[in-house]
Amino acid sequence: MTLRTRNKLIAPKLTRELVEQLSAARNEPDWLLNARLTAWELYDTLPMPSMQSEAWRRTDYTTIRWEQASRLINGTAAGIEAIPAENLAPLIGDAQGGLIATVDGRVVHSQLNDALKAQGVIFCDFETAAREHEALFRKHLMTTAVQPSEDKFAAMHAALWTHGVFLYVPRGKAVELPLHSVFYNTTSGLTLGHVLVVLEEGAQVTYLHEYLSAEAPEHMAYIGMTELILGERANLRYVALQDWARNANDIRHERARVSAGAQLDWIIGTMGGRFVKQFAEIELDGEGAFGRMSGLFFADDHQFFDHDTQQNHNAPHTTSDLLFKGALKDEARTVWQGMIKVLPNAQKTDGFQANRNLVLSREARADSIPGLEIEANDVRCTHAATVGRLEDEPIFYLMSRGMTRQDAERLIVAGFFDPIMQRIPFEEVRARLTAHIEAKLERVAEPA
Amino acid sequence: MTAVLEIRNLHVSIDGKPILKGVNLTVRQGEIHALMGRNGSGKSTLAYALMGHPAYTVDEGQILFDGQDVLEMEADERSRAGLFLAFQYPVAVPGVTLANFLRAAINARRKQANPEDKGISIQEFRRLLLSKMQMLKIDPSFAGRYLNDGFSGGEKKRAEILQLATLEPKIAILDETDSGLDIDALRVVAEGVNKLIGPNLGVLVITHYEQFLNYIKPQFVHVMFDGRIVEEGGFELAEKIQEQGYDWVAEKYATT
Repeated sequence: MTLRTRNKLIAPKLTRELVEQLSAARNEPDWLLNARLTAWELYDTLPMPSMQSEAWRRTDYTTIRWEQASRLINGTAAGIEAIPAENLAPLIGDAQGGLIATVDGRVVHSQLNDALKAQGVIFCDFETAAREHEALFRKHLMTTAVQPSEDKFAAMHAALWTHGVFLYVPRGKAVELPLHSVFYNTTSGLTLGHVLVVLEEGAQVTYLHEYLSAEAPEHMAYIGMTELILGERANLRYVALQDWARNANDIRHERARVSAGAQLDWIIGTMGGRFVKQFAEIELDGEGAFGRMSGLFFADDHQFFDHDTQQNHNAPHTTSDLLFKGALKDEARTVWQGMIKVLPNAQKTDGFQANRNLVLSREARADSIPGLEIEANDVRCTHAATVGRLEDEPIFYLMSRGMTRQDAERLIVAGFFDPIMQRIPFEEVRARLTAHIEAKLERVAEPA
Repeated sequence: MTAVLEIRNLHVSIDGKPILKGVNLTVRQGEIHALMGRNGSGKSTLAYALMGHPAYTVDEGQILFDGQDVLEMEADERSRAGLFLAFQYPVAVPGVTLANFLRAAINARRKQANPEDKGISIQEFRRLLLSKMQMLKIDPSFAGRYLNDGFSGGEKKRAEILQLATLEPKIAILDETDSGLDIDALRVVAEGVNKLIGPNLGVLVITHYEQFLNYIKPQFVHVMFDGRIVEEGGFELAEKIQEQGYDWVAEKYATT
């Protein structure tokens, strides 16, 4: 038994040569190659996460077919035309502040308004960032938010990341037009993408990032990172929507650091993929820091989503507010596990977390595991977790007004998601998500 | 053509327990009927059974509407055919605004009439809703609130009447629309109903108070006791109950 379990935890077959080749092909500076090689040593040393650990015991990553998914993808012939037009469309009317698109780990489009450039805003891919903004980029890349040492997947990412977006907003600059980026994959194999956002003191921005892929015959793996770094009194609204194809595996480490008086509004949408493990954490580091995390997910067929969240109150007078709402149907499984941690000095903090699940079939299963670890004595922390089904009375009520059962259910599910949907500041994106949810409701699961 | 709702010898049970034991009642478009009776006499059961609530089992009898067999129809088909039930306890639907809900209900009707229908335009709907809200003295901000979610008792009942006004059924059953309302709220709701009454609407008002009937002035009054309609008359029957209560009904019809 022990032997068999251990055998299944085989690490993907990657090599140091692969790291060197990747770095050389991109003409990377020495510091970057060295950083990658240091991370490689870490990757080589770290074990695969234990299936007995709290983070992984409900989440079986051994179903990932690494023989398909560990083939490193470093660009293909596909260009921007591979990406559906609706995912590139401007976010507000005909305007957005900038757009970066990658396909199969290669940048195919990068644009930033001149006015924003003139203000000192940086919005570029990682290769450009390493070349043109070395000091800033080095200072923030995997140094303060997510560390390569978090686990073997983080180390893998640090050694082999294929693409990334770097957004930097200088002190006091308020970017009015939203920024937009898309990571798109056309093929099976391995890509490792990164979103790094740095807001200096008093800076403000709204940013939408999308993860998408085309159906491919074999397993895909995305080993990602997101780092959101907010200086004092900065204000970031970050909307990240994932809609991978059904053969995608997505393991992601995401962390925000929120300084004194800063405000983070983080919205997470999870729709696609076969296997998703997403660590999303907020560190409230300074007095008066505020962090809100809103999640929306809909799992159908045999999809498996695990959202693993943390709200860490590291300073007094900090506020966190988390709401994850998920629907499940067919034989889907979801896990939400959330922790609020309050350090001893973080008095007068206010932490809230809630997870609401709507289970639409007998075979689907949602696990909801809230948690509190409070070391201060003058705090207010509350949590709530529910797993419910569609109730008969609202359906009868709506049907008594002439709606078919199907329309009644659709309206109730839309209503379930509405509080999160209202937090997405783009009408077109909301409409897209709504259509997506309706399509999932109507979709008939494929036979196993 | 005048629509007719005909209830013939209706027997209804819940979880095997008989509640209605042979109800006969006919309501025509343009008529106002009151159904009175003590709590537990079966009034609300009749309302739910008419609308097709799945928990209510019809064991015997018939319901016909416009010549159609209502018992063969699902709740949504009954609604689209022109039946309406104002619920005694309207159900909260969080996340769905009153406006979105009403729009979906209107579109369901339009789609029934014409499968190619693209639905009511936003402007047309807004105009319609605003005019109905104005008529019922409802604040326009109401439209943006989640349906019955956190509504006060009076707001819920007014929202039911707003739905009645917007959906324009042929026959409406008002199930204790007066219950839980203070005197001012009662007047507002009653005035709203009065504005809707006319040759195109038949109403069956279910109540065990008379106050509401003083506003609505039914032409036909029926008294229910132990699952049957035992007394029928004009408005004077409601007045008799106002003066004497229900004890005489119980004494006259108690089988034990």
